[in-house]
Order: sequence, then structure tokens, then C-alpha cells
Amino acid sequence: MQATMHTLATLRQQQPRFRGLEAGHRACQGCGEALAARLVTEAAGPDVMIANATGCLEVFTTPYPHSAWRLPWVHAVFGNAAAVAAGIEAALKQQQRATKVLAFAGDGGTFDIGFQALSGMMERGHDVLFVCYDNEAYMNTGVQRSGSTPHAAMTTTSPSGKARMGKRHMKKDILSIISAHHIPYAATASVAYPSDLRKKVRRGLLTEGPSFLQVHVPCPLGWGHSGALTVEIARLAVQSGLFPLLEMERGEVVGTMPIRTPRPVADYLRLQGRFGHLFGEDHRARKELEHLQALANRNIERFALRGSTPERYDTEGADTVHRGGDRWA
Amino acid sequence: MQALEGSQAIARTVALCRPQVVAAYPITPQTHIVEGIASLVAEGQLDCEMVSVESEHSAASVALGAAVAGARAYTASASQGILLMSEVLYTIAGMRVPLVMTCANRAVSAPLNIWNDHQDSMAMRDAGWIQLYCASNQEAIDTTVQAFYLAERCELPVMVCVDGFTLTHTLEPLALPTQAQVDAFLPPYQFAHALNPMNPWSLGTLVGPEHFTEARLAHHQALLDAQAQIIAADQAWAAVSGRHCGGLLEVRGRRDARIGILTLGAVLGTLEDALLAAAPEDQVRLLKLRSYRPFPAQALAQACADLDTLVVLERALSPGAGGIIGPEVQGALADLPTPPRVLNVAAGLGGRDMPLTLYERLLQWARQPGHPPFCLLDAADC
Amino acid sequence: MLEIRIHGRGGQGNVVAAYLLATAAIEQGRYAQAFPAFGAERRGAPVAAFVRMDSQVIRRRCQVKTPDFLIIQDPALLSVTGTLDGLRPDGGILVNAQDHPLLETLGHQSLMALPATELALEHIGKPLPNTALLAAFLCLTGILPLSALQTALAERFKGAVLKRNLALLEAAADTVQAGAWQEKVIHAST
Repeated sequence: MQATMHTLATLRQQQPRFRGLEAGHRACQGCGEALAARLVTEAAGPDVMIANATGCLEVFTTPYPHSAWRLPWVHAVFGNAAAVAAGIEAALKQQQRATKVLAFAGDGGTFDIGFQALSGMMERGHDVLFVCYDNEAYMNTGVQRSGSTPHAAMTTTSPSGKARMGKRHMKKDILSIISAHHIPYAATASVAYPSDLRKKVRRGLLTEGPSFLQVHVPCPLGWGHSGALTVEIARLAVQSGLFPLLEMERGEVVGTMPIRTPRPVADYLRLQGRFGHLFGEDHRARKELEHLQALANRNIERFALRGSTPERYDTEGADTVHRGGDRWA
Repeated sequence: MQALEGSQAIARTVALCRPQVVAAYPITPQTHIVEGIASLVAEGQLDCEMVSVESEHSAASVALGAAVAGARAYTASASQGILLMSEVLYTIAGMRVPLVMTCANRAVSAPLNIWNDHQDSMAMRDAGWIQLYCASNQEAIDTTVQAFYLAERCELPVMVCVDGFTLTHTLEPLALPTQAQVDAFLPPYQFAHALNPMNPWSLGTLVGPEHFTEARLAHHQALLDAQAQIIAADQAWAAVSGRHCGGLLEVRGRRDARIGILTLGAVLGTLEDALLAAAPEDQVRLLKLRSYRPFPAQALAQACADLDTLVVLERALSPGAGGIIGPEVQGALADLPTPPRVLNVAAGLGGRDMPLTLYERLLQWARQPGHPPFCLLDAADC
Repeated sequence: MLEIRIHGRGGQGNVVAAYLLATAAIEQGRYAQAFPAFGAERRGAPVAAFVRMDSQVIRRRCQVKTPDFLIIQDPALLSVTGTLDGLRPDGGILVNAQDHPLLETLGHQSLMALPATELALEHIGKPLPNTALLAAFLCLTGILPLSALQTALAERFKGAVLKRNLALLEAAADTVQAGAWQEKVIHAST
């Protein structure tokens, strides 16, 4: 046992990983966004510049005079991450420098207030990887509904009550909107599938021109679950079909992560306080649950998600890739 | 001297300053400036990334991103565009990002009006930018070169305020500097806090109550310190080009007059022509406020110490209060042993023509007692 | 100081005419200024532009309210309110017209008509009267040699377009009596 531990520690040293986001930041326990940002910067490497929108990620990483970033990083305002990134890219291009440019934003800074700048950046073809950390509400300001909040989810501005069952509107299909810009590469990823996430970051950065990555990141505070369940919940979102993992090139779906055994959406929803009102005796609750199940089924059908791959690159296999491969599995 | 439209002259001057990134969104009356730059880029006469963005908010943001990535950046806007940019303008200044913007001054809606006054840049008074107002197109040229120098030396953004249409769309004989003159004056872009993967740091972080005041104080101090730099830059440019723009504040007209008129922007020329035609006893001291931010309180007090009456003619309005500059000037003169009576008028709002007779009207107004402390000259019987 | 107001319709090159005239003056070492009566006008709407010329620096930025000369690119504008406003008593009006009923009813002594549209159609194939009017105006007043306008045109136009415009200038200048308005210029400058 001792020997194995020693071996693993040595192996780890032999595989030094770049850490763009250091420990010691001030995110909540189990923060999906912090974990995802670490994975993204790890994959992106040190030769990048980051433009970060206002939001949790900005606030918990840079309380002056501290910063958790080991990367050149700039934050300006809420709605302009894509435009600041475009400016950085224009400068680097003019100076013929190879440094890659990343833009980070939450779902508010992507779906809502930052959307215009994002659309413009993509239309102009800037060589920027835009990463949306999608935790499906305005968490930084205390869990208000956004354009990304799923249908029926409860937030402080879409509460459930006698007259309402949480958010009345649908989650904006941002990937379709993004892909309508016919950018070279757009994908969804989940914090539950780190190797898949890293692969997509690398692909996005290798792609010339704008690329987009939407990472599903649970928020224990906003979603109402234990911090220990972050990865589990993120995985269930994928396995239920509610958050399909896709890759698109120039508007066409070119890759999906197959779901070996689809899980009922209730398994995913039940673990979260924001969907608590869907599990009462109310007939409206049952209807909403059916509705959400239908949305998941529709995703599974639309993207032909049911199945598995020999490489075990599916919802059961992908997340069980152990460090170093099968030898230690 | 060559015949040039103001906007074309500004575009060509910006090009002489070798910007690496220009970001802009079209708005009247700024359009000719960015069209001019775009055509210089298209003709291969300017090696620069021209980013035609989807909003002014993004224009300011792209310029910000470029400047922090180590490139000389420029943008231009006006009116609603300046207001749409406003949160980014505050951020640029607060982060002490050196970049230059031309504001082709225009009224702010509603009612919708595309014509000239200073409401747009005045609305950004407290954003923390250096604001320099140009009284002529020649000053717009020379101030633009100085602006890049100042921005990079002071680590502060500079807004060059040029009267929309009145200057931007006027063709007149102008002297453009040579590339050698600009190169001799303006060193290559340098920003000590530029993003650098070899030495990464974080810009624009969250600053709590324990440090925020200090950050604001440092910003305030930087602007106050910029006063000396504005004077020095004007002198240094004069040494290169033979032309200066009047530093912070310039006194023209009759020095021993007891009545003064202070104004800013292109209306100064009209007043000056009227003054030159006036009888000696009707000639006033004319004060050109070039630097509105930083506000040259000390220089103002010196220039007004022996005046009986000072008329402050401004081109914007603070509804519910009156003038914007007037009260500031009054405050700056309050500590003089015998401060002059300050009369505050706003005129030429939304492009209302300011004829030569404006001078006479202001003079009459200054000579008659019992006027209200503020009036909208074009609408009042004062 | 000589002050000229040019009236036309959006799309007729009114501002270009003002710029050309001022450029020609600057070419000759004069001080000049040209600017439009700034508007949001679309094609066809009445527009105006101003030109000032002087041997000394021009500082004023106000609109031209009492012009020495009016150049009118469309005779229909003669009946538009404001077109003739402020013209100095001995001022001259140069109007683009072959014959127009208003010309007689106006009966202005100093009104000169030039079929500029026809001349333009003949020489450049487009109904753009502005350069022909300018050439005639320079010829009538003698304030600047025609060559100054030719130089100014050469800064804006190239090749065949320039060549055709230069021919138009000559033709227009030949149509009017050289120096017929010289008196007015002397009167205006004093």
C-alpha cells in the first residue's frame, strides 16, 4: 500500500500539470465553476491571456490584494468578456504573437448581458476560445433566474408558489444559437467528465477562429445540493439527456458522448433543492416532471445519444478513466 | 497647410501616431473619422487591426483589451455611443489603461438630436479620463498627438473632445505633422501593466472597502498630477511642431479687461472674431478652458484674480441645477481675495447656431446687474 | 471676407461643391472654410452648405446668415422658404436653370441662370450640376482662377471621371460672361 502511494506520488511528479488557477481562492465548497476553471486552464497551458466577465469566478479568484490566477488575466465589466478578448486577440495578431486568448463568463455573461458582444466577436472571426461556465442562474448576486435557468427551476426571481412552478420559460438553446454563427468549433462539456472537457479545450484552442465551450457546472448554493454531490449531479445531467455533450463544426453536429443507459430525469432533479417543488403531490408538479422528461427524451432522440462506444467513450466509461489509464483501473 | 476636413485630419493624425488596434462603431458625427482610418488601413497606409464592432460598448471593450495586451489603441464615438460605453469608460480609467478616444461632441437624446453640444462628454466628467477640448481643427490634430503621449505617460485614458460637425465636418487649411515629427515626440507604446504570460498578473480585480478608497485616491492624484504633464506635453509638442494648444487654460483677448468670458470648444473662434471687431472698451479677456479634467482650479484662479465679472459659457446643461462648469469655476475662484461675480450661461445646445452677436449679448449681460446666476441664453430674455 | 451659401438637394454633391470651392481657395493661398448646414437629410431633401474666404485667418464657426452669393443647384429651391434669406443687397444668385417660370417672377437683377444639369449630362453623363456651377461662379466673379478648381477636383477625382469633369468646367466657364460679377466681389470684400 505504502509502495503504491509512493509510486502514484512519483508518477504525479513525473506528470507535472500546469495549474492556471491555484488553490486558496474563495469559492464555495463543491463549486463546479472553480473546478471547471481549473480543468480548463490546466488544459490551456501557460501561454494564454484570459478576459473574464464579472461574476462568481472573478470575485472568488481575485479579492485584492490576492489572486488565484497563474495566468495573465483581466476583468473589465459584466457584458464585455468577448469584446475584451477580441481586443486582446487583435493586439496579439497585430504583433504576430502566438499566445492564445480565452474569454470566461458565466451563463449571464454569455446568454444574456454578454450575448451581443459574444455574437459580434464570433461574427468577426476572432481567434478566441469563449468558455461559458453554465450554472444556470445569476449566482454571484444570489441566485436569480437567467436565460439559462432550466424550465421549472426555482430561483429567487422565479420562485415556486401557489401560482408558479418556478421558471416559466425554457432554457435558451445557446449552442444552436452559437452554431448558427457557423463558427469552426462549438461544444458542450461537463465538469463530471474532465478528460472530455480537457480534450475540448485543447481542440478549441487549436481551432483557428472563434470557438465556444459551454461547461455545465453545478452550483451547490444555487441548486440546493450538498457540495459533495457536484460531480454526481453534473454526471446525472448528462446521463439523463438534459445536458447532452456535443461537438459542432461550422454548425453541424460532429460528435456526441453516447449515453449507455439513460437515467430518468427525476434522478437528477430530486437531488436539487431548486426542483424540490416538482416532487410534491401537486398535479402541476407531475406535469412539469413529465415535461422535463420529454425535453430529455427529445435531446436523446435528436442527437441519437443512446448507445456506447468500444473505447468506452460514453457516459459510463468516460468518467471512469483513471489517471494513467487502464493499468490502474 | 492643406485643405482638409476636420475628421480626415483627425484620422490621418491618428494614423501618424501608429495605433495598433482601432475599434469603433459608427455614430454621427464621428463616422468620417473612423471611415478615414478604415480607408487608410484598406489602402495599406496604416498597419493596424481595424475592429468594426457591434456596439460602442464593445468598441471601448476591444480598445481596453488591446491596450492591456500591449497595443496602442484608439476609438472614437459621440453622444449615445459615449453613454453606451460609459461603464467601460469608467473601467478603463479605473484600471488606468492608457488609450485615446475622440469624442465628436453631440447632444444626448431625448429629444433625438444629432447636432453639436457638450452633453455627452460632460456626462463622462467623473469617469476619471483626462478630457481635453479643442477650439479648432488644428488643435484637434495637435491634441490628438499629445493625447497618446499623455495617456501613456500618465497611465490615464484621454478623451479628445472635438465639436461634432462644427469641427468634424468643416474643411479648412490645416497643418498635418510629419511622420518624423510624431515619431520624434511619441515613443513606442508602453504599458507597464500589460498582460504577459511570462509574468502573469491580474488586472481589474475585486477591491473591497479596505482598499477601495486608496485606489480612488491614487486615481485622483494621477489626474491632478497630469496637469503638469499636460502643460509639459503641449510645450514638448510645440518644440517639435511649432504649434501649441494652450496647456490647461489659455488667456486671449484683452489682458487688462475687467470682464472675462470663459468657454471651451469651437465657439471660442466665433467669440474671438467678434472680440477683434469690437471697440477697445468692449474687448474682454477670453479664457479658453482646454483641460476640463483635470480641472485647473489654480490656473483659473490666477487667470481671473483681477476680474470683476466672469461669464462662463458652456455647451451643456444639468437639468434641475443649471450649468455644469459654472459652479466648478465659481468654486475654484471662491478663495480669491475679491472673487469675480460668476455668471453662467449655456448656449448652442443641440446645434443651435451661435452667431457673432453672441459676444455682444454676453457682454451686455455681464454689464447689467440683477441677472439670475444661470440662464439658457438662446431661450431667455437675459 | 466673402461668404457663399450653396443650396441643393441631398445627393447633388452640395457639400462636395462647398469643399471644392474652399479647397480651390486654399490652393491659392487664401484662408477658407467650408461646412454643411448639418442635417440628417436624405436624398432629395433641401440642403445647404457654407463657404467663407478671406485673406486672413477665419476663426468664426457660425453659419453664413448674410451671404454675398448664393449658388442654387435646383431652381425649385428658389420657392423654398429660407433659400434667399439674408442675401446682401448687392449679392448675386447663380442658379442652375435653363428656363424656369420662377426666374421671371423673381426678377432679381443679379440672378444668373446656367443650364448646369444639361451641361453635366452632356459632358459627364450624369445630372450633377455642382462643378459646372462652381466653374461659372469663378468665371463670373474672378475670385479664383479656374485652374485652382481644376487642382481641387484632381484631389478628389481621378482618371476618366476627372477628365470629363475638367471638360465640363471649361464648357461652363465659357457659357458665362467673365468678370460680370467682379464689382460685387469688390463690394463684398470692403
